[in-house]
Amino acid sequence: MLLSSDDLAALWLTVRLAFLVTLILLLIGTPIAWWLARTGSRWKGSVSAVVALPLVLPPSVLGFYLLLAMGPSGWVGQLSQALGIGLLPFSFWGLVVASVLYSLPFMVQPLQTAFEAIGDWPLEVAATLRASPLDAFFTVAVPMARPGFLTACVMTFAHTIGEFGVVLMIGGNLPGVTRVVSVQIYDHVEAMEYAEAHRLAAVMLIFSFLVLLTLHTVRPTSEKG
Amino acid sequence: MGEIHARFRLDRPGFTLDVNLILPGRGVTALFGHSGSGKTTLLRCMAGLEHARSGFLSVNGEVWQDQTRWRPTHQRSLGYVFQDVGLFPHLSVLENLHYGMKRVATSRQTNLNQAIELLGITHLLNRRPQRLSGGERQRVGIARALAVNPRILLMDEPLAALDIRRKQEILPYLERLHRELDLPLLYVSHSPDEVARLADHLVAMESGRVLVNGPLIETLARLDLPIRLGEDAGAVLDVTLGVVDTTWHLARLDFAGGSLWTRNPGLAVGSRVRVRVLARDVSLACEHPGPSSIQNVLPGRVDAMADDEHPGLTLVRVQVGDSRLVARLTKRAAQELAISPGQTVWAQVKSVALLE
Repeated sequence: MLLSSDDLAALWLTVRLAFLVTLILLLIGTPIAWWLARTGSRWKGSVSAVVALPLVLPPSVLGFYLLLAMGPSGWVGQLSQALGIGLLPFSFWGLVVASVLYSLPFMVQPLQTAFEAIGDWPLEVAATLRASPLDAFFTVAVPMARPGFLTACVMTFAHTIGEFGVVLMIGGNLPGVTRVVSVQIYDHVEAMEYAEAHRLAAVMLIFSFLVLLTLHTVRPTSEKG
Repeated sequence: MGEIHARFRLDRPGFTLDVNLILPGRGVTALFGHSGSGKTTLLRCMAGLEHARSGFLSVNGEVWQDQTRWRPTHQRSLGYVFQDVGLFPHLSVLENLHYGMKRVATSRQTNLNQAIELLGITHLLNRRPQRLSGGERQRVGIARALAVNPRILLMDEPLAALDIRRKQEILPYLERLHRELDLPLLYVSHSPDEVARLADHLVAMESGRVLVNGPLIETLARLDLPIRLGEDAGAVLDVTLGVVDTTWHLARLDFAGGSLWTRNPGLAVGSRVRVRVLARDVSLACEHPGPSSIQNVLPGRVDAMADDEHPGLTLVRVQVGDSRLVARLTKRAAQELAISPGQTVWAQVKSVALLE
């Protein structure tokens, strides 16, 4: 075996994290993207800006605020304690929450673009064919935005796998709990284990390349629908 | 049979729709006007695609909108045909047809089969919308609207995006709809030919208001209104092809009150068609003109007169039996012949245009 059990544990943790984050963001990001694509509200600008913040904010800044909020005296921390979940920092679920926030724009922006590209007409047509707005959303908007969903999910998944700063701030470096691949590579390098770092880095490189390759080969054909 | 009551007021920047209409509960009503006249907006208000705050709409006794209620589009029993069709690209033709049908409890497979047959699209069912021509797409769009078994069919310029050849391909299907379906059809158009050919009832609009609302044939024969279907004033007649004279390649078109000979259009005896007689092709004589190259000479009575657009011209409406023709004369000719309402005249018809 090329990879150590620690490496494999980190890989498995990373994949689980990315999968969960993508799933949660699909549920949260879709309504946000839909609203942003269709609203005429004056809050649209502010919400867009908030959603895009993680793109420009240093991960450590986001991590710092999250750490404060999730800590024993932060409001999230008090809430999670009151609910009996305990404190989120340095736990897997803390990592999930942080990653959801950090990867939010990667889900919302492709979806918003896809929804905007669809325009009003398919929903109007669906309404004249007796589809309620919710019905029309699932039977017309979602299938027509399928390339957007694919892009959004792949981008979110890949971005979550690649994050480092937020993970380190919120999750720390607990083997099997919060030690994801990017942290594991960092550890290898710190310990001068260049061979191990090479192998894991190569896995990541190949993975990232394959993801982008898939995205670029699948997208054009599915957009023609 | 019921009626359609539609009253809407809708304010948009630079445009106000303000209409109050009673329309027949069956047959084809044309909403006619230039772009920007508000005809499409009116149709969208009826469909609930625009929300006119102040309005009332009832379709054959069923209230869709009043002061307190407003039914959203998906709860209105209507079929809507969009100008750019709007077939769902992710569904096949058959799936497009099923989309509305399976959401309507009262629709039956027979509605769909009838619509498919009526529009001649059986051979297209398994195709993707992207693989259809413009005309085929429009036929599928119409069939999809019919498959939901609507109480009213709304069509927003269904032919506007098509070239002449495609229009000719679709028009016969629209005429079949008209003949074979017993539901009111509202047809938005800016094309005089389509209106003259298809409509029973005419609503002409300008700047968000209704200029005229009445039966097509009567309305076109009105002289006091600036309604011009096309370049020229004229009357429309519903005729039956009565006799074909094969020796001379002529056909006799019978209408309520007389008949006209014209070139044989190659239709079967008994066919019902609509013809247009332009005012410039009708001249008047006080006595029977005797032998003339103009062989259609009809006895009638002057029924109304009005100024034409040019100060030298006048429009004269002549009652021929139960039908009306419009003639254009110079004012001098009208005075020399002493034409006045009530007078008996002979109308000479030089040319008849079949609307097809």
